[in-house]
Amino acid sequence: MTATATRPVITGMGAAAPTGLGVAVHWSAIAEGVNGIAEITRFDASGYPVRLAGEVPGFEATEHVPSRLLPQTDHMTRLALYAADEALKDSGLDLAAMAPYEAGVSSASSMGGFEFGQRELQNLWSKGGQFVSAYQSFAWFYAVNTGQISIRHGLKGPSSAVVTDQAGGLDAIGHARRQIRKGTKAMLAGGVDGALCPLGLAGQLASGRLSTEDRPDRAYLPFDEAASGHVPGEGGAYVVLEDPVCAAERGARVYGQLAGYAATFDPDPSAPEADGLERAIRAALTDADRRPGDIAVVFADAAGVREADRAEAAALAAVFGNRGVQVAVPKAQTGRLYAGGAALDLVSALLALRDGIVPPTAHVTSVAADCPVDLVTGDARPLTGDAALVLARGEGGFNAAAVVTRTD
Amino acid sequence: MERRVVITGIGAVAPGGTGIKRYWDLLSTGRTATRTISLFDASPYRSQVAAEVDFQPAAAGLSPQEERRLDRAGQFALVAAREAIADSGLDLATPRAESTGVSLGCAVGCTTSMEDEYVVLSDGGAHWLVDPEYVVPRLYDHFVPSSLAAELAREVGAKGPVSLVSDGCTSGLDAVGHGADLIREGSADIIVAGGTDAPISPITLACFDAIKATTPRNDDPEHASRPFDNTRNGLVLGEGAAVLILEELEHARRRGARIYAEVAGFGTRSNAYHMTGLRSDGAEMAEAIRVALTEARLASGQIDYVNAHGSSTKQNDRHETAAFKTSLGEHAHRVPVSSIKSMIGHSLGAIGALELVACVLAMEHHLIPPTANLHEFDPLCDLDYVPLTAREARVDSVLSVGSGFGGFQSAVVLARPERSAA
Amino acid sequence: MSAHGVTALSIDEFTRILRESAGEDEAVDLSGDIADVLFTDLGYDSLALLEVAGRITRDYGVALPDEDLDGAETPRAFVDLVNSALSGS
Repeated sequence: MTATATRPVITGMGAAAPTGLGVAVHWSAIAEGVNGIAEITRFDASGYPVRLAGEVPGFEATEHVPSRLLPQTDHMTRLALYAADEALKDSGLDLAAMAPYEAGVSSASSMGGFEFGQRELQNLWSKGGQFVSAYQSFAWFYAVNTGQISIRHGLKGPSSAVVTDQAGGLDAIGHARRQIRKGTKAMLAGGVDGALCPLGLAGQLASGRLSTEDRPDRAYLPFDEAASGHVPGEGGAYVVLEDPVCAAERGARVYGQLAGYAATFDPDPSAPEADGLERAIRAALTDADRRPGDIAVVFADAAGVREADRAEAAALAAVFGNRGVQVAVPKAQTGRLYAGGAALDLVSALLALRDGIVPPTAHVTSVAADCPVDLVTGDARPLTGDAALVLARGEGGFNAAAVVTRTD
Repeated sequence: MERRVVITGIGAVAPGGTGIKRYWDLLSTGRTATRTISLFDASPYRSQVAAEVDFQPAAAGLSPQEERRLDRAGQFALVAAREAIADSGLDLATPRAESTGVSLGCAVGCTTSMEDEYVVLSDGGAHWLVDPEYVVPRLYDHFVPSSLAAELAREVGAKGPVSLVSDGCTSGLDAVGHGADLIREGSADIIVAGGTDAPISPITLACFDAIKATTPRNDDPEHASRPFDNTRNGLVLGEGAAVLILEELEHARRRGARIYAEVAGFGTRSNAYHMTGLRSDGAEMAEAIRVALTEARLASGQIDYVNAHGSSTKQNDRHETAAFKTSLGEHAHRVPVSSIKSMIGHSLGAIGALELVACVLAMEHHLIPPTANLHEFDPLCDLDYVPLTAREARVDSVLSVGSGFGGFQSAVVLARPERSAA
Repeated sequence: MSAHGVTALSIDEFTRILRESAGEDEAVDLSGDIADVLFTDLGYDSLALLEVAGRITRDYGVALPDEDLDGAETPRAFVDLVNSALSGS
């Protein structure tokens, strides 16, 4: 393998998800079918057409975020700090022992610290400019999580924030791989997102993709004939992506390898000839030097919108054959976490490979006839094989695909 | 064989005018485009000056639907992209879509439209529980600025990697650096790269007021942006967009394209210190410069011009002056350094791309744009900042740097592709 | 007398505002005698003090000139600055 084709390994994972705080809690909740979707509690949503969301349960910011950072951070940034902390601790990386610039942060973002931003907009428009917080200049902007994580952990390497809507969670990880290939030893990569405030919900309503169904177990039914849109959520995940040589030298525990990644775009995503997702899947497989038959499970994007589900199913069928590969959608228990969703799926995929199980997709009872996917429902299935494919799509035509493999 | 990346087209929408010609007119004559804010009544704010773009969407070639669909930042980006594509001579109808991508930088997204819609939804800030009845269809696109990159991708029919890079005030530089990386690694042959921002809005003014980052020099707007001058007292906001067509060198040569410059090196590092503050030693920016020079295989002495971040704040000017001394050594005292923010203000996520276009033009014309308004040097800023008037000089290799909230420090090196390596 | 009818800011009140506006460094005990401790030693940077200044400007209806703020390096100096502005207005 040449230096430019280095395949980084994942040595740490952290999550803050509607299914629980922390990777272990999240994963057991997925296995047990716990539903992270419930009525919105972060504000009074009774007057909105959408009243359900996936909120991270039991997050006491004061327990996890230094006091100095509380006044200057949005809720979702606090969740991001949690997930990044967990991933770093989990990796066992000794940052103090690393030279400066050897580690960086790559995050995905979609709306930034929107609840914070709405509060300051209200201060400005109801009371006047002098009521706007000194922290607004960065607490809202898209790069906030990257900046705060970099500062908290002293990560001086290449850092950035990418916005590709809901494809971002994978694109941030792909970008981190690029940095490792250019010589950085370790990257904290992923996304934590969420805009569960009135203004954020209003923006999400405009997408036309939210479900107005009120039953938490019927609102987000990807690939189901009763699919009616998705439920918004908050949270996501960070992973520590590391140069494999460095990880081996320090005897790190390795969850798996980022074997392949690709991103494509569909200029007209609703056109019948839009093939961006299929191209992304094929390119990620080629990049990973794998064939379709090597993939044991696909963690689908799973829009929960009939037309988009059909398109994703068609792309999977084109590559794997009709019902040719097992498909899992843990998102059905969390809602869609925007820039955080695919990063959390990548964590779930690595855990599925580790444990040798495909977690069942909750709530879906009738896979639509025009979605020829082998969606695992009911009971978990054994997973045989060492490779998983994670897919993510963003509004407007963004597609991303990643192949992760177990390395033991 | 190693893939190299060149610039084959440029476009700009900048304070002072739309289009490369007007942009260079302004920069080369050292005029300033900073003025009292006219986009809305800024009189309640501490800082009331900005470098605004005189922009008429229809006159700039946008259709009524494009005007309605796009936030001001999106309008700027589309107009700049069309100019850059036309300039490149690329025929995008030919089937190379899968190897075409977009890498657009933007710091604050569609903040102007977002705030406008907020005001309606909340009925002037009266309600926390905003009224969903007033949600407009474009709201999601205004909230999630990947829509800006998607717009350019649709414009050129790109099917390759498309992304919006949002690294605060280094977004424009980083987007070009990222675009070059995509071509070098083989993910694309053509990247429409650049930056856009239209941040001149009440919320932006208020939040910069709150940290006293913007200048209160309201009585003298034309001279308000004064990088490296001892009397400077804060940045002047700007707006605009710049797009650069990045192309793999052999791809460009095969079609006989005009090659402006090679994107020879890119480095980005973080100070991991403070969301808004900078240490005076500039160590991380110096490291970003070192990385960019190394990638470009250039010695510091080969740099003919340094386009500074020069944001007209004391902490920045000292920070980067130190960074230049650390990274360029003795050459820091010889090489001309200038900040065009003195003329076009600081357009956040756009400025890095606008500055790279200025660098391309400096190479094209062998003319270094000046630092306007620089009369009284800060004694701690003791380099050659090209005060007041443009300077003729041989310009074959340039360094452009940026520094942003969040701690981002970035550097890009442009050079003539036929240069000799160090 | 300020517009808000408050005539003086106490160190205790200032400390409360500091806590609310900028949090509290885990390594520092704000309940101790901090009046003459440098803000930098208390874990506060200029950004935190700008947030505090904004809050006091609003709550006490008093303007705090930039150049004076730059010189206020301890809670006592800051409180004195506010109080002299209050008595002068």
